[in-house]
Parts: sequence; C-alpha cells; structure tokens
Amino acid sequence: MDALAHGDWIIGLGALLVAMIRAATPLALAAIGELVAEKSGVLNLGVEGMMLVGAVAAFATMVASGSLPLAVLAAMLAAMLMALLFGVLTLTLMANQVATGLALTIFGVGLSAFIGKGFIGIPIDGLAPLSVPGLTDIPLLGPVLFGQDVLVYASLALTLAVSLVLYRTRAGLIIRAVGENHAAAHAIGYPVIGIRYLCVLFGGAMAGLAGAYLSLVYTPMWVETMTSGRGWIALALVVFATWKPGRVLLGAYLFGGVTIIQFHAQGAGLAVSPHVLSMLPYLATILVLVLISRDSVKIRLNAPACLGKVFRSET
Amino acid sequence: MDNSATSPPGASPRLALRGICKSFPGVLVNDHVDLTVEAGEIHALLGENGAGKSTLMKIVHGVLAADSGTMTWEGRPVRITSPAEARRLGIGMVFQHFALFDSLTVAENVALGLEGGGSVARLRDRIRAVSDGYGLALEPDRHVHELSMGERQRVEIVRCLLGDPKLIILDEPTSVLTPKEALALFAVLRRLRDEGRSVLYISHKLDEIRALCDRASVLRGGRRVATVDPRAETARSLARMMIGSDPPDLTDRADTAAEAARPLLEVDTLSLDSDDPYGTDLHEISLSVRPGEILGIAGVAGNGQNQLMRALSGERLLARAGAIRIAGRPVADLGPGPRRALGMAVVPEERLGQGAVPELSLAENALLSAWRHGGLVKGGLVRGRHTHGFARTVMSTFNVIAHGSDAEARSLSGGNLQKFIIGREILQDPQVLVAAHPTWGVDAGSAAAIHQALVTLRDRGAAVLVISQDLDELYVLSDRIAVIAGGHLSESRPTHAVTAEDMGVMMGGMMGGLTTGGLFEAAPTGRRPTVGGQETGHEDTGHEV
Repeated sequence: MDALAHGDWIIGLGALLVAMIRAATPLALAAIGELVAEKSGVLNLGVEGMMLVGAVAAFATMVASGSLPLAVLAAMLAAMLMALLFGVLTLTLMANQVATGLALTIFGVGLSAFIGKGFIGIPIDGLAPLSVPGLTDIPLLGPVLFGQDVLVYASLALTLAVSLVLYRTRAGLIIRAVGENHAAAHAIGYPVIGIRYLCVLFGGAMAGLAGAYLSLVYTPMWVETMTSGRGWIALALVVFATWKPGRVLLGAYLFGGVTIIQFHAQGAGLAVSPHVLSMLPYLATILVLVLISRDSVKIRLNAPACLGKVFRSET
Repeated sequence: MDNSATSPPGASPRLALRGICKSFPGVLVNDHVDLTVEAGEIHALLGENGAGKSTLMKIVHGVLAADSGTMTWEGRPVRITSPAEARRLGIGMVFQHFALFDSLTVAENVALGLEGGGSVARLRDRIRAVSDGYGLALEPDRHVHELSMGERQRVEIVRCLLGDPKLIILDEPTSVLTPKEALALFAVLRRLRDEGRSVLYISHKLDEIRALCDRASVLRGGRRVATVDPRAETARSLARMMIGSDPPDLTDRADTAAEAARPLLEVDTLSLDSDDPYGTDLHEISLSVRPGEILGIAGVAGNGQNQLMRALSGERLLARAGAIRIAGRPVADLGPGPRRALGMAVVPEERLGQGAVPELSLAENALLSAWRHGGLVKGGLVRGRHTHGFARTVMSTFNVIAHGSDAEARSLSGGNLQKFIIGREILQDPQVLVAAHPTWGVDAGSAAAIHQALVTLRDRGAAVLVISQDLDELYVLSDRIAVIAGGHLSESRPTHAVTAEDMGVMMGGMMGGLTTGGLFEAAPTGRRPTVGGQETGHEDTGHEV
C-alpha cells in the first residue's frame, strides 16, 4: 500500500464510493416503490419477482433495439404487468396478500429464466456514467457527485418526490389514509381499491427500474436470478426504516456500503470466514435501523394500520 | 299513529324515502320503509339492534345501494351511489365508530372529508372558525390518537359542518360521551336545527330522544311502525313501539345483607404501567366486591379501564399474587384459565377479538370459555350436541338473533353478539363476574334483559363488577359506585348517596385534562364559551329507572 502515491489513494476511495452508490441504487429504487404500496395498505412480497422480470425485459429490449431508454421503459412496463396481476388477485379477487406475493416471486423467477434463456452470455453496452467536463475530474468529489449514471440521480429525485407527495400533498394524504383505515376512507367516499391499484402499479414500476439497473448498469448481462435476494432486502428495508422514505435511502446506502467493503475485505485476504463477511451488510443494516427506530409510538404512527388486510366493501 | 308532515303544505321535504327495501343473504333488513325528514327538524330514528336503522342510514349516505324504492331530495328524485355524492347533495354523517385516521392530525382528518383542495394551513383557520363558532374546541395539529372520545366526535362534527350540510346524520352519538358532553352536543344540534338544517338522530336511548327530537320514526324488524312526537310519548310507550310488547321490568333489588360477608373479589393497591403506548397507567387501585353485590365503576373510556380489565381477567399477570384475590385466594400471578376454574367469568371490552373469535361459530365460541361447565367436554373430546345445545340456550335466553348456533360470530350485529357473550358467561353461573360495558350498543329491550340477568346473578350470591360509561346503567344496577379517572379509582359509595351531577364532575374533573368538556357547552355565536361551568340539570335527561 505504501507504494501507492497519494493521488492513487484518492482515486481508490472515489471508486469505492461510486461502487457503494451503485450497489445501493437498486435497493433504494425497489424499496421506495414498495413503501408507497405498503403505505396504501398493500403488502406485495413479489418485489424479487418483479425485479427479475424487469431485469430480463430491460436486457432483452436492449439486445433487440440497442436503445437504453426503451430498455428502461420496457422493464418498468413488464414489472407493472406483474404488479397488475398481483393487484387483480389481491385487490379484485381478494386473495391473501402474503401467499400471492410469494407466488408472484416464484412466478417471476421462472418467467425471467424462461425469457432470458436465449440471452445468456450476450454482451451489451451498459448505461455509461455521466461525464461533466471539468466537474467530474475533481478528485474524490468529482466522480461521486458528478460521475454517476442517470439512474442514480433518478433514484434520489424519486425518493425526494415520494417523500414530498406522501407528506405534503393531498394525494399523499389520501394514500396514507387508505393505508391507515380503509373502512373509514371508504365511508367518507374514497375509492380504496382504485387508489391501491395505483400504488401497487407504482411499486411495480419502481421494482422494474431496479431490475433494469441491475441488468443494464450494475452487471450489464443477463444471469438467472441475478437479483440474488435484493427484492427481499428492499422489503426488509421498508419495515426497518419504519415506512419513511429518507430512512429507506439511508438503509439502502448503508447496505450497499457494507456490501462493497466486505468485498474488498475478502479481496484483501482478511483472515475471517467469507461467510461471516457476507453476513455483515445484513447485520449492520438491521442493527442501525433497529437503533434509530426504537420508539414504538413513532413506529405505530408510521406503520400503515391496514397493511396486508383485505378490503371488502359492503354491497 | 302516523302524523308526518309538519312543514307547510306545498314545500317539499328535505329528504323523502319511499318503499326502501334492502336484503342481505337470508335477511330482509329494510322492508318498504317510508321516511320523511323536513327542513329544520331533529328527527329520531329509533329501533332495537338489527331493526335496520344503520342499514337505512348507509343507504341514505350512499355506502349501500337499496334493492328497490325511491329517494327524493328537496323535491327532486335522486340516486345516491357513493358517500361523495351524498356529500355533494349536502348530506353529512357522524359515524358511531368514528371514520377517523388515528395517525393523522385533526386538520388532515378534516381535509380528507372535504371536496377539493385548499392548503392545510387555510383549513386550520376554517377549523378554528367553525369550532369556535359552535363551541366545539379542537386543536387542528393534534393527532387523533391523543384525543378523548368526545374530542374525536367533535372532529367528525366539525368535518361534517365544514361541508355545510343540509342534513346531518348522527349514529348513536352519545354512546361515548359523559353526561355533560352529551348536554353540550344537544345544544349544538339544536343550534343546527335553528339554522334550518335537518338532523337525523339514531339512538335507542329513549330519554335522550324525548328531550331532543321533534319527531321520531320507529323501526321494528326492518319496517317503520310509527312516526310520533316523542315529547308526547313516555319512554315506556316508545319502548313498546320498538319492541312490540311491554319491556321487562327489573325486579326490586333484594338488598341482600352483604355487609358481613367476606369479599369474593378483592383488588389491593394495584399499580400497573400500561403496555399500550396510548394507554393509561393504573395507580394503586383498591376495591372489593362482596357476594350478593354489584360494584359499578364509572368513567369515560380511556381512563385505565382496559388495563384494569386486562389485569382482572388475567391477560396481564402481576408478580405480586396478592394484588388480586378471588374468595381470598391470591390470583394475580395466574392466567385466565386458572381464574375461570376458580369461578370467575369475564365479559371483555372488545366483542370481536377478545370476547369472541370472529371466524368461529357461536357454538365454538361458547365452548372456548364454557368448556369447564355443563359437560361440554368429555374425556378430552368435544361433545357437539351439548355444545350446540348450550349455545342455543344462550341464544334463546338472551334473545340473540342469528342463523342458529352455526352462525359465525362476526356475522352478528354488535348488540346481538354482546348479548351472546354476556349470556355465555352468565349461564356458567360464576361466583365472580367482571363485565365491561355490558350493554354497549345493545337496544333497550335487550339491555333490560341483560340487567335483569346481572341482578339475578347477584341475588344468587355472586359478586359482580361492572365497568361502564353509561351512568343510567350503573344507577340501575349498582349497589355501590366508584369512579375511575386518569388511572386512579375513587372510594366507592353507596349508589343512593351519589347524584348524577357528582358523578359527572368526578368523571370529568378528577383527571383535569378533560376541561374541554366545559368548552363543549352551548355558546351563542361570538361569545366565548365558559370553562367548567356548573351546568346541572337544565335539560330533562332524567334518570328513569
């Protein structure tokens, strides 16, 4: 290490930070979408499945058309179709949300593998990071602040937007009301089912975006079950972040950060079992989020009281 | 008996229902109901549980659709298909189980009930204006879960009034109020009437209706059987219309000489931290109930009753076994099962979830608490015939309306399920009965039957503890009364030595936080409401026994 010049060290740290942000972005995208669905009272455990379908749709479209925007759009639409299926089953046909969500994930794993069979091993040009002349070249801060790809900035903007909509607008108030007490929302005249459909579809679109990030940016290729559990992490993040968008983002970055650090630790040949190191991101994220959300009253205020409950209107 | 139309001839009534029918699978809930509500009247809708009152109001409010029949609003035929449409016409509703969102603020709750936007900041001013104008004190930025039941009702009323409704429907509004809060509500309702609005007032409290309402329509078995001037009727004649026969009378209390006997239920300086973030801690509660005695505990909901119930029933265990004793035996460290085995029975606060498993049949629910009694279980096996027999006995004795003992508990109306739960416990012939709100939401006829059963149980020598918000009920039943407020329990006093006014002051006064009750009084526009004024007995809500 001492052989490295000072400048190399800075570049190394910059690269590490960039890698952490890239690892965190798909988690943040998927978790923010699921947060909106859960705030409206719907527990969609199919995030993993929706992400996979989004990832394969993005990759296939990219190979076929060569257009990145088209690929991202295809991912969002494909995952929204999955979310629509979930909505029809749980909201219209009133199936159990937990069972349906698990089934959606299993379905997504199979469907994406089936679609992706012909795409294994094909190389694509992934989404390149931005390069702002002058700014991106600033040591350390340049690549971190100005050298990310456009989806990273989109994930931050979407988090902010979701936070503003949920807590500052009438639409957000209605979403929270529907998740808090669907019977009361119905009684004062809100279309509970319709609002929940919209929120579930938004969750699907975000999961699709997260999937697209994986297959277009993070590892620009298609591998079966390439999400490797990130959908489940996103679900857990929502709960540990007590349904707050800012905390979801924090949790995602924490997880991404520790993931990258433990990769580097493994690479450096640290004398700790790699299995223990692989556990670190999970342990650190859970620990921190549990610590910042100790106040049970606050949790009860943020947790949607009707989460996972089937709404049946009288006729 | 039908003397409708008090409005001048020619003017169309505000709301007219003609031949409204509504059936649910197996039951005709509304059977060709006609109802006319005029402008500027308080119209009572009176009936027993399951008479079809709530269903009819849900049809008017657009939550349910009628199977047949027509509705006219100010002379024009209308079809109301959603609550939003009802609101546009000018129909507002104050729900019995409030349609409020606990985790949102008062202003947000009100905003949800209004058409269109407007910033929450501007809404705050409008809320203040309306709440000051009508003397309905409210803080727009408080969260609903922090509010008392009376305050929550004010949120609903203010939300309703901001929509400038011409017809306001209130579903059993006084069931959650202290007597004083109820008087203040009546003053608000009279003022709304004087402004030319119509009020539809659903209740089964006959004295209230006689004191407040201009006309009363009585529903029985889904039909409207009469529309009368309630002030020209007696509580008894109204009850007869509701039930179709004379209501049963309570037998005179046997005045058992319980003084000397050893208490069957004792609580000794019980202190308990609430396990619910919104609950009330208990502070050194002591009480004793002797055989042949009913002790009533009065208090506004949310003053520690549910923690006390949880401690008494055995849902929460205490380290100090002697804090609660049954027939002298320390039981505070024993769970509900051993306590029941010692002869204790409990009627919990929540019917669905605590008192009964919603998805199970009535017979199965009966078995869950009564399996120790009457040979329902033999050699570890459930005896189906006995169990169903026991459930049917409960149903016939306590006049429970349901499709047999196979009916799911959740399919029963609230009052009917309450009758079933109380009956199930009483028929186990307990030595000690602890009952929370035994007649909450139960109609007059059935309430009298439940009261009679409690008195009979007492006369057989059981010790009965009744926790209730309903002072009339405690007056009828109790030998002694104590008041719970802010987690403290007062000394108990013989019932005849406490006036209703004393009780009202104790219920509101001991906790200090309820001074808003004073702000809820009649305050003409512009005048600041008086705080904590002695407003006793200016209304005739006499306690008929």
